[in-house]
Amino acid sequence: MESIKDKVAIVGMGCTKFGERWNSGLDDLAIEAAYEAYEDAGISPKDIQACWFGTVTAPATGIGGTHAANSLKLRIPITRVENWCITGHEALRNACFGIASGMYDVVLALGVEKLKDTGFPGLGTGRGMGPVLEARRTSPGSFSLIATRYFYTYNLSPEEGKKTIGKIAVKNHNNGSMSPKAHFRNKITLEQVMNAPIIAWPLGLFDCCGNSDGAAAAILVPASQAKKFRADPVYIKGLGQSFDPLLPHARPNFDWVNWDALQNSSQQAYEQAGIKNPREELDIAEVHDCFTITELAIYENFGFSAKGRAKEDIDAGFFELTGGLPVNADGGLKCFGHPVGASGLRMTYEVYKQIQGKAQLPERQLKDVKLGLSHTFGGPPQVSAVAILGRELDKSKAKAK
Amino acid sequence: MSGIISYGAYVPIWRLNRDFIGAAWGRASFGGERSVANNDEDTVTMAVEAVLDCLAGFDRDSVDGLYFASTTPPFKEKQCASMVAAAADLRPDIITADFGNSLRAGTSAFRAALDAINGGSAENIIVVASDCRLGYPRSDYEQHFGDAAVALLISKKGKPIANVKASNTISNEMYDVWRLDKDTFVQSWEDRFIMEHGYTENMTKTITGLLKKLNLTPAAIARAALYGPNARTQQQLARQVGFDPKTQLQDLLAANLGVCGCAHALILLVSALEEAKGGDNLLMASYGDGSDAFLIEVTAEVDKVKAGRRGIKGFLASKLPLPTYERYLSYRGILEPQPGEAFRLFPSASVSWRERNWSLRFHGSKCRSCGLVTFPIQRICYQCQSKDDFEEVRLSDKKAKIFTFSLDNLAGRSDDPVIPQIVIESDLEKARIYSIMTDCDPKLIKIDMPVEMTFRRIYEGGGMYNYFWKCRPVR
Repeated sequence: MESIKDKVAIVGMGCTKFGERWNSGLDDLAIEAAYEAYEDAGISPKDIQACWFGTVTAPATGIGGTHAANSLKLRIPITRVENWCITGHEALRNACFGIASGMYDVVLALGVEKLKDTGFPGLGTGRGMGPVLEARRTSPGSFSLIATRYFYTYNLSPEEGKKTIGKIAVKNHNNGSMSPKAHFRNKITLEQVMNAPIIAWPLGLFDCCGNSDGAAAAILVPASQAKKFRADPVYIKGLGQSFDPLLPHARPNFDWVNWDALQNSSQQAYEQAGIKNPREELDIAEVHDCFTITELAIYENFGFSAKGRAKEDIDAGFFELTGGLPVNADGGLKCFGHPVGASGLRMTYEVYKQIQGKAQLPERQLKDVKLGLSHTFGGPPQVSAVAILGRELDKSKAKAK
Repeated sequence: MSGIISYGAYVPIWRLNRDFIGAAWGRASFGGERSVANNDEDTVTMAVEAVLDCLAGFDRDSVDGLYFASTTPPFKEKQCASMVAAAADLRPDIITADFGNSLRAGTSAFRAALDAINGGSAENIIVVASDCRLGYPRSDYEQHFGDAAVALLISKKGKPIANVKASNTISNEMYDVWRLDKDTFVQSWEDRFIMEHGYTENMTKTITGLLKKLNLTPAAIARAALYGPNARTQQQLARQVGFDPKTQLQDLLAANLGVCGCAHALILLVSALEEAKGGDNLLMASYGDGSDAFLIEVTAEVDKVKAGRRGIKGFLASKLPLPTYERYLSYRGILEPQPGEAFRLFPSASVSWRERNWSLRFHGSKCRSCGLVTFPIQRICYQCQSKDDFEEVRLSDKKAKIFTFSLDNLAGRSDDPVIPQIVIESDLEKARIYSIMTDCDPKLIKIDMPVEMTFRRIYEGGGMYNYFWKCRPVR
């Protein structure tokens, strides 16, 4: 199995303002993200040879690439991808394979979601397993199961547990407040988190991410061609993806703490990228904080924190903008918002911009970002995708050739 | 001759204090409390409970018939008995039939089962009667009625706990209490007329006729299990036919249950069996468009069955108070609740049919190679990957404990806004099951809490009622 490392480069990206975009439809969001990416890459729409289009809910499943073709007037191969919350990463991953195979020279990865046309605030119930089994399963209801068991496993009282994950919300709101395209740009206090209405015990309002409209896009080219497009391309260093073989709810003997999909997907990407110690080597991570407890589980399953000890790192501020490994520097799903099909590409956009030193406001630009990770985790949950991006081509490898 | 070899019952956990009804309407409370089925219960789900209680300790494969009786079935066209039989995990090659339309439907089913067994069509038939009748808001009936189900296993073989010695019946055509095909609430004619020429006249005829047939005096009856529309009328009748209401009359359960439609005569029979000793003569009589009376002789075997089931006594003791009258109105569909978060996946008749072994029968798969038990049924083993090498195992009758949970405020309807989402670990090979908890106080839920499974109506959609299993704290 070959590594994807240094075969593909991102030369342009776009991302819409996330939020309640009542005036914009799916097509408007697609246009906004794609045209920013075209401009960033310095290409014309005619240069695109193929498109991978990720969207989950809107306006319906089973209607393929129609919305990408209609909105952007594309006369090229378009493939719609859909894979729970990792959909944006699936668009990116498959577009990378299109380039790495040598089939195409310039491709578009596009993720779009229009969630605010459904008339209700959440994603709905009864998705997934069958008409009866999941009849009343919601996303917060499912992810709260992780929190309850985590607190139990590591002997945290509900109050201690809620405070621990609450600090993640405070951090992400602080980051989001500086992020111009984020859905929510308000700072919050731990007291607010603790006193917020309960959505699904133990998770309260501020433990849950925004339900937003948005789109993000990337232009990919072969790494060898990247400098022709721009001086500061960003290179794909690793791509991981893994499912768990059964929904967590039904997995025999599953401890609800060690998530195989998280561990497998990150390990695949680390191996390709040559990362031994992610906590030390990564300069930024954009991870799937659909709920605060999810971000905590990711710390421990990605090797950022030791098992059962994320609390120490959270309390020490290790994942804050000024910490050892800033996580969700743009506010994360929590504040930037979570238009499902766009999220993987939105996170990749943040890593791309941070690597280039082009985070929109100077106060949120991290110093000397060489290596970053973006990640989504989807299903009830069941599937995880990781992309690792880097600033430089690996020279030792180039020399070896 | 056929006899009763087991009994079972079910009373919903929720009880409504009648003072709440009186206060809501500014009228007198009849005192005590009545049972109220939860918003995920109907006569089918209650029947499943009673059947499972009745079959505790019996081989379910030995049952070759199930008769379901109700005046409030969830379907006008579609059998309930077949669904109850499937949820109870009975054999498919059995006789099933529904009895309805009359308060006598319960004893009609009972008689039909006796006849089928005596006639040689079957060896073991379970009769289940289940009712959730609605009185008009503010009416006497609203206070009098209760919701419950009862089951009797009747057999030619086995050791009977009671033998049916004789019966007597009368058919009587009159509008006394009725519902048209479009009616939600029970209608009735003037009380004095229906008591005089309906209930009292017909009950008296069947009871005295039966005693005469057997050459018995009322004193020979240890307990009379007499249906009654309310306690006062029942006691008057008992006196009129020669029973001492204090010592011979089976208490109507008006104070702590309510009168449960076509199930009620059989409920009183079960109540009598719970207190009976070998040699007792019981007289059961039902009323509705006529009357059925049965003379039943208890055997010493009755003591062996008492221990293994909850019955009326056990279920009456296990209860939670409904906090308001409005909650009753909403649970019973009289007020329309605001639905919870929208569904994304609608029921499908073909999916339900294809998946019936896990969705109705609640079977998991047990891998023949490595022994792992998984729910729902998995064709390829999660652990060892062996393909199509499993046996189906029943999980509905196994206890379990909570592995993790959350209390969801999004999914619930307005009368039950918190949905406890639960992952449980079954006592059977630690199989993991995703479940919703019902009949509980969400504040008391914690990891490792013991639970049991209960068959419930999950939701309505696509023109169908969708049924599945939930868990509840052990009752």
